[in-house]
Amino acid sequence: MEGSNMQRQVVYLKKCLFDQGYLDEQFHQLEELQDDVSPNFVEEVVTLFFRDSSRLIGIIEQAFKILLCRQKHPQDFHRLRTHVERLKGSSCSIGALKVKSECTLFGGYCDEGNMDRCLRSFQNVKREHAILRQKLEAYFQLLRQVGPSEKASGSGN
Amino acid sequence: MSSLTDGDRMHVLAVDDSSVDRAVISTLLRSSKHRVTAVDSGKRALELLDLEPNVNMIITDYWMPDMTGFELLKKVKGSTEYRQIPVVIMSSENIPTRITKCLEEGAEDFLLKPVRSSDVQRVCSRMMTR
Repeated sequence: MEGSNMQRQVVYLKKCLFDQGYLDEQFHQLEELQDDVSPNFVEEVVTLFFRDSSRLIGIIEQAFKILLCRQKHPQDFHRLRTHVERLKGSSCSIGALKVKSECTLFGGYCDEGNMDRCLRSFQNVKREHAILRQKLEAYFQLLRQVGPSEKASGSGN
Repeated sequence: MSSLTDGDRMHVLAVDDSSVDRAVISTLLRSSKHRVTAVDSGKRALELLDLEPNVNMIITDYWMPDMTGFELLKKVKGSTEYRQIPVVIMSSENIPTRITKCLEEGAEDFLLKPVRSSDVQRVCSRMMTR
């Protein structure tokens, strides 16, 4: 009974992640790559994402600290753009829809050379990144408790 | 280009500075039964080509620090030794001028990220029937 309740919770959690726009179809694509050879593929890729994206966010924060202390040059915004494109790329790859969307906005403000908007947009990127991390950690924690039968299942929404 | 190994199983060199994307493209290729070597830069890709003669295809991200996928493409196509190896470019940005530039430089295909299983199957099938 408890097992099936937890399974229902897993399905519900995943459905919410999609319904609320945190994840898109790409997440399903990753799940389809999961098999007996790579039973934890999705969680492994998501772990890689948060490791790399946290590092990128740190790099962007450092870049802002430097930029706020001096005259801005077009190449500064180009550098910011490069970092956010990398973040956007890996967000796309795991289906992190809201993070990707915020990165797109951030990239646009970099193209405009608008520092204030870049700063505000970056705060949104960080916020969505933190929220997604929290939600996915909860999801995978529950998935681990449920066990392999739920991991092998397809779409739950 | 080196001849295919038995069972039409290609050896693909995947190049991407993103560990996430390396994991995804490697798994996509392995699920299609191809052998994959994944590296994180164009420089490492060129080093590997020197060491590993039997690469059947290179699939590379466009945007990478130090050496972009386009620069890697140019180096491969400019090399008498490696120019026959088909190169596929991946990018998360759909920029027509970028796509045209890569295809004109000799890229076999240009895949938009996130790369899907169907993209990999299509590209690999085409390479195997060359």
